Amino acid sequence: MSAVLALDRRGFLKVALTAGGALLLGHDALATAEGAPANQLGPFLRIERDGTVVIGARGAEIGQGVMTSLPMLIAEELDVPWSRVRVEQLPLGLVATDAPPGVTWKYGPQGAGGSTSIPEAWKDLRVAGAEARRLLLLAAAAEWQADVAKLSTRDGTVVHPDGRTLAYGALVAKAAALPLPKDPPTLKDPKDFRIVGTRVRVADARDIVTGRARYGLDETLPGALVATVERCPYFDGELVSFDASEAKKVPGVRDVVVLPGPKAGEPYTQNLATGVAVLADDTWSALRGRRALKIEWSKGPHAAETSAALDAQADRLLAGSGHRARDDGDFDAARKSAARVVEATYRVPFVNHAPLEPQNACAHVEAERVTIVAPMQQPSGASRVAHAITGIDRMKIEVRMTRVGGGFGRRLSNDFVAEAVLLSKATGKPVKLVWTREDDMRHDWFRPYGTHQLVAALDAKGAVTGYAHRLASASKYYRRPDVKPEDQWTAEMYPDDFPARLVPNLRIEWFGIESGIARGSWRAPAHTANAFVVQSFIDEVAHAAKRDPLELRLAMLGEPRELEYAQHGGPVFDTGRLAAVLKLAAERIGWGRKPAARRGLGLACHFTFGGYAAHAVEVSVGEGGELRVERCVCAVDVGRPINPLGLEAQMMGGTIDGLSTALNLEITIDGGRVVQSNFGDYPLLRMAQAPDVEVVIVPSERDPAGAGEMGIPTLAPALCNAIFAACGVRIRRLPVRDQLREALRKA
Amino acid sequence: MATRFTLNGRAVSFDGDGAMPLLWYLRDHARLTGTKYGCGVGQCGACTVHVDGEAVRSCTTTVASIAGRAVRTIESLADGDTLHVVQQAWIEEDVPQCGYCQAGQIMAATALLERVAEPSESDIASITNLCRCGTYPRIRKAIRKAAALKRVSAEGAATALAGADETAAESAA
Repeated sequence: MSAVLALDRRGFLKVALTAGGALLLGHDALATAEGAPANQLGPFLRIERDGTVVIGARGAEIGQGVMTSLPMLIAEELDVPWSRVRVEQLPLGLVATDAPPGVTWKYGPQGAGGSTSIPEAWKDLRVAGAEARRLLLLAAAAEWQADVAKLSTRDGTVVHPDGRTLAYGALVAKAAALPLPKDPPTLKDPKDFRIVGTRVRVADARDIVTGRARYGLDETLPGALVATVERCPYFDGELVSFDASEAKKVPGVRDVVVLPGPKAGEPYTQNLATGVAVLADDTWSALRGRRALKIEWSKGPHAAETSAALDAQADRLLAGSGHRARDDGDFDAARKSAARVVEATYRVPFVNHAPLEPQNACAHVEAERVTIVAPMQQPSGASRVAHAITGIDRMKIEVRMTRVGGGFGRRLSNDFVAEAVLLSKATGKPVKLVWTREDDMRHDWFRPYGTHQLVAALDAKGAVTGYAHRLASASKYYRRPDVKPEDQWTAEMYPDDFPARLVPNLRIEWFGIESGIARGSWRAPAHTANAFVVQSFIDEVAHAAKRDPLELRLAMLGEPRELEYAQHGGPVFDTGRLAAVLKLAAERIGWGRKPAARRGLGLACHFTFGGYAAHAVEVSVGEGGELRVERCVCAVDVGRPINPLGLEAQMMGGTIDGLSTALNLEITIDGGRVVQSNFGDYPLLRMAQAPDVEVVIVPSERDPAGAGEMGIPTLAPALCNAIFAACGVRIRRLPVRDQLREALRKA
Repeated sequence: MATRFTLNGRAVSFDGDGAMPLLWYLRDHARLTGTKYGCGVGQCGACTVHVDGEAVRSCTTTVASIAGRAVRTIESLADGDTLHVVQQAWIEEDVPQCGYCQAGQIMAATALLERVAEPSESDIASITNLCRCGTYPRIRKAIRKAAALKRVSAEGAATALAGADETAAESAA
């Protein structure tokens, strides 16, 4: 029986499914493919003669550190020193299978979303490393005619009890030819970890600091034309006419092509908007050509849409009855019999993803194959959309993953890949598609806007007996082909979020706002809005009941126990772990002390996709409303930290992302189009305004959760709670911007 | 008429559109992609290069305007395999996350340290380059570390020079 599985022949591969339904790498997939280089061992490893271990990084690296942390898991179980490791980005890997849809992962899941990379890799990449180590041991045992149980490994060598050693590099060819044992390998006892849990720097930092790292925008294909597209700025507007005569006269311009978009109301399956594309020899010529286009657009069915109109629509909806996503006990009765009722309405705006690298993709559609090079968060989706557009077999569609200049959920969509593929198909040429910053600002899958109404019923002792969260929002599931309209609420509200099961009479109600703008996943979707609202409101309840905001939260969380949590990040929500990070953050900031005049402390805590985080913020507010963040503490519990240095980076970065967004950022609509166009009117936080962030990591031996998103949701409420404590101004609408100055001027 | 200037120490001549932003000349024509496009309007600084030693945003600088001047990009900072102290500090402090802004940040920081050997917090805060990932706290640490590394190597050089003088004086006596 052949010892080596040919992964490029059709054959059934066993794959394991996680509780969330994600496909993991099957054990059989760890065999070395036929035709692989002699020093290749399984799908992830090459061992060079000089002892360098080259590890393939399967994940989409968007700055969340998976190019480092995932290879760390493999290196640990392989038992090689990290200093010997060199990391290489893998492309999208697919293998043909008999089961629908006819392909599955070669390397395991490769997308970046929902903070799932680490929890998935914890399961399957450690097995990959351990299997490779086992094969090396078996190869050495064969070489020495020794009992494999007596051999050990150290520093990239196999060690015989009599002191003889064989370097991995000398064994790799033999190891790759061995049949995979039927049972899975044993994994290291975590107490023997030498890499996992240590502070490891970004693997390709040297490439980044020397300018050698290649992002999507840096890539090209041989013979490619540079394409840039003038897209209709009106939601669902159409192309009426255009005149390309001046554009075609610009030196370097080669072609002008219409890029059709989806029809109004149709599900989004490819790109976002109709446009006119200019293709040229180089970027400047393409941009000049585009400026010379004369285009007439129809304003489309949403021409009257404005941000103010959406607020009015939300208010009208909230006066009625919506979809009850949760209705425990009898909220109406609790409200009627309350000693006190607290009510507040909050508004959270649309925001743009604004990754610093604008959207782009290279694509070449040929008769029987497609090549795609792009910065992506869902490379399998890129393969699917290219197949849908061209009809070419997925196994003939090559998808190369570059480093990504920021994801934040923007690149979960493959609309920019679809555009490049459409243009290459239309022109018969390789295409390098580039978006300008203005394109990126106006065309996005924006974070949903929502108006939230919160009501709490309190008894005479100040306990919360009834609670309602009513949200009117523009769901991100709008025009998603695989989501029914009646299920659109599931993207916006998570029924098991705090304080579900902690308040006896609890109602969650949703209303769908109609808007023509495209919406999608923005870092910590729904949590970024809901945590702001809920953690601000709990603070308002505390102040109304004359209770300490920390004490009230801890009282509501109650005894440490696991509650059911059926949404992403479950299956349980542990009240004790949330209470612990909250207490840690509170301790660090010195909760309970009386800050100096015009200073205040604020707290917030939230459970996001399996991770527990809390922020404690101290601000000062000047007489004229000048806001300064004096201190910022972030406490986090994500189970076992794989790379504490990377985890700190994610919490620090998420904090600053949360701060930037809460202070300054919103996307507004006027006349059925986005108002903002570049960083001048969408001002990201700069270094001068960014505080240092103290990150406290809870030590833990639990299976790890991800960390990409949990740094965001609690910053905004902690900030606004601190502002209230400092000067009595309650911020109920984000961004903060001039509200503080205006409120204090009036006072 | 061709525009002549030096790029990373080499004389170059460009006979294309003089109104072309230097950024696109560097990326598309010189094939130096270390300098990045982020906004095109001088707001983000991802395109920062040095022109005659000063930090300049290449997206709002035309090729025509740098005639006769010396342009340096991120690719020229290291001396072969030896990294610039700023690059070393950036790695030591584990600054990059997505990394896209970092070449521009490094060029801005390097220019600052050429002007101000011991930058204060407000000197450092004068760098307005955007970082979407929020690495600012580590950027600040890296700049302070680079200043310290520069100081140590300058002191080392000064000591070596002083030592050489003494030896020369002795042998003369």
